[in-house]
Amino acid sequence: MSNLKILLNGLIKENPTFMLFLGMCPTLATTTSAINGLSMGLATMAVLICTNFVISCIKNITPDMVRIPVFIVVIAAFVTILQMFMSAYAPDSINKALGIYIPLIVVNCIILGRAESFACKNTPIASIFDGIGIGLGFTCGLTLLGCVREFLGAGSLFGVVVLPETTNILLFVLPPGAFLTLGYLVAIFNKLKSE
Amino acid sequence: MEKLKSSLPNMVGVLVGFSIIIGGLLAYVNHITEGPIKQKEQQTLAAGIKTVMQNNNVRVADPETLNQTIDGKNATFIIHSCSDNSGKNIGSAVESTTNGFGGDLQVLVGFDNNGKILGYTILKSSETPGLGAKAGVWFQKNGKGNIISMNPKDKPLAVSKDGGDVDAITASTITSRAFLKAINQAYAAYAKKK
Repeated sequence: MSNLKILLNGLIKENPTFMLFLGMCPTLATTTSAINGLSMGLATMAVLICTNFVISCIKNITPDMVRIPVFIVVIAAFVTILQMFMSAYAPDSINKALGIYIPLIVVNCIILGRAESFACKNTPIASIFDGIGIGLGFTCGLTLLGCVREFLGAGSLFGVVVLPETTNILLFVLPPGAFLTLGYLVAIFNKLKSE
Repeated sequence: MEKLKSSLPNMVGVLVGFSIIIGGLLAYVNHITEGPIKQKEQQTLAAGIKTVMQNNNVRVADPETLNQTIDGKNATFIIHSCSDNSGKNIGSAVESTTNGFGGDLQVLVGFDNNGKILGYTILKSSETPGLGAKAGVWFQKNGKGNIISMNPKDKPLAVSKDGGDVDAITASTITSRAFLKAINQAYAAYAKKK
């Protein structure tokens, strides 16, 4: 498989949000606004690229029976590093909104899933491309979901108000709105894909 | 390279090795980010105190901590006594935490010497975006539920539903109540300290 193909695979054919339904907890919980969705997607992508690369590099020196603990330690290390850097350098608003979800990236099934199904069988370079592809797919899914929910629920896009307050449908920024929006987006994605 | 066999020495060695390397790496990253994180927290607090005291040249004394038991729970208040350039006391900024709709709601509120509210800012909240998260602007001077210049000494703040004078955030009564409770408790702590 060429690197471009790996990248597109993650974006469309194995899109984690719309096709694989992986990482549903952050998908539903953090997409209350477009910017939150985008930041969560990018944070996950950063971790995924790093862990895919490292796990692919160490796959031969990791005995099979202890591979999962080793992978989890690597993933947890990168997430902790990301969290430290975010609380030191990221803007306050993003840090406040995502703070409690960042540690959850450790148990995000996308990360361990890709480590198991891709990184421990492929070369480091291919694994980086897989990380970028899946990461972008996840980021697009989250941003799209965030846009729709913010637009319908708060009448704004990326914080810019576009609709008057009277047209806001509060339901969409609350948890039920996340499920409804996700359902419709999956339907649209599948329809587009089958055509 | 041949894959390492799952023998006991191999497994123990790899696990110990990885733990040591990663422990060292984390210690290093912690070391380089510790300073900026602390600095940022202090900046946020300093900026917050300036806003809530409505005074750009505010001088802040060492914070005093007051522990109280409210409703069977421990509550901690941090009081920053403030003075202006000439050294005259202009009141205090008080950090107060209550339980909001989505978790802890931590506010910083500035009182003048008579207990009048000068300003407030939200330090930490996990309220619902689009609803309770509006608390950051709703109760400000130009907001719909303006509390600035009110004085909890005369009458504790309460939402209109509970017989008070403050308009609650639409569809977020719990956040509004938690917010006003934080202000009232902050005032109580401030009055006690004074």
